[in-house]
Amino acid sequence: MAEFDQELDASGLNCPLPILRAKKSLAAMGAGEVLHIIATDPGSVKDFEAFAKQTGNELVESREDSGKFYFLMKKS
Amino acid sequence: MSEKKLAIIATKGSLDWAYPPFILASTAAALGYRVEVFFTFYGLQLLRKNLDLKVTSLGNTGMPMPVPMPVLLQALPGMQSLMTVMMKNKMKSKGVASVEELRALCVEAEVKMIACQMTVDLFDFRNSDFIEGIEFGGAATFLGFAGDSDICLYV
Repeated sequence: MAEFDQELDASGLNCPLPILRAKKSLAAMGAGEVLHIIATDPGSVKDFEAFAKQTGNELVESREDSGKFYFLMKKS
Repeated sequence: MSEKKLAIIATKGSLDWAYPPFILASTAAALGYRVEVFFTFYGLQLLRKNLDLKVTSLGNTGMPMPVPMPVLLQALPGMQSLMTVMMKNKMKSKGVASVEELRALCVEAEVKMIACQMTVDLFDFRNSDFIEGIEFGGAATFLGFAGDSDICLYV
């Protein structure tokens, strides 16, 4: 797995909480730093794509592994 | 990236209908939108300090029920409270945020919330019934923002 600076476990949380928590975490991070997000909400896959597109942060990685979703978001 | 604007009119005061405005407002704020929500008529319930929102299946034929139930039974005393408790438990078990939590996130994200002064007066609410930080205004106040918005929704 790629390296990251901070991790956010949003397991068990449903829309829109994973996005809102990620936004909060990113706000406290510096440009270029990477946030690793873990989620169980299947809707989060599309939502994090949309989040990245609209905020300018880069979704470096999005993958699923046995019912969990993992994202790497690089702060712009 | 230029700032987008989302304007919402919230007119309903039930537990289920509290979600669309607060979810969209908080998410839009997280995406960098400037957001204003205008609460009018029953939507004012969503701004009260003590939220006591309920859900009912009466007149709501689309509400999924755990067991089929005749309408007359649904109208029995206590059914509304029971359904509200069941809905809240279900939401909690699915990791859905509470209305209080979403509203707090909106406040934190500086979503501008406006209570319709006319309906505040109509229902004899006092300004002190509502949470801190909201504004009071009328249609013209809302339209001033909504007229320049990218998205405008009536909920």
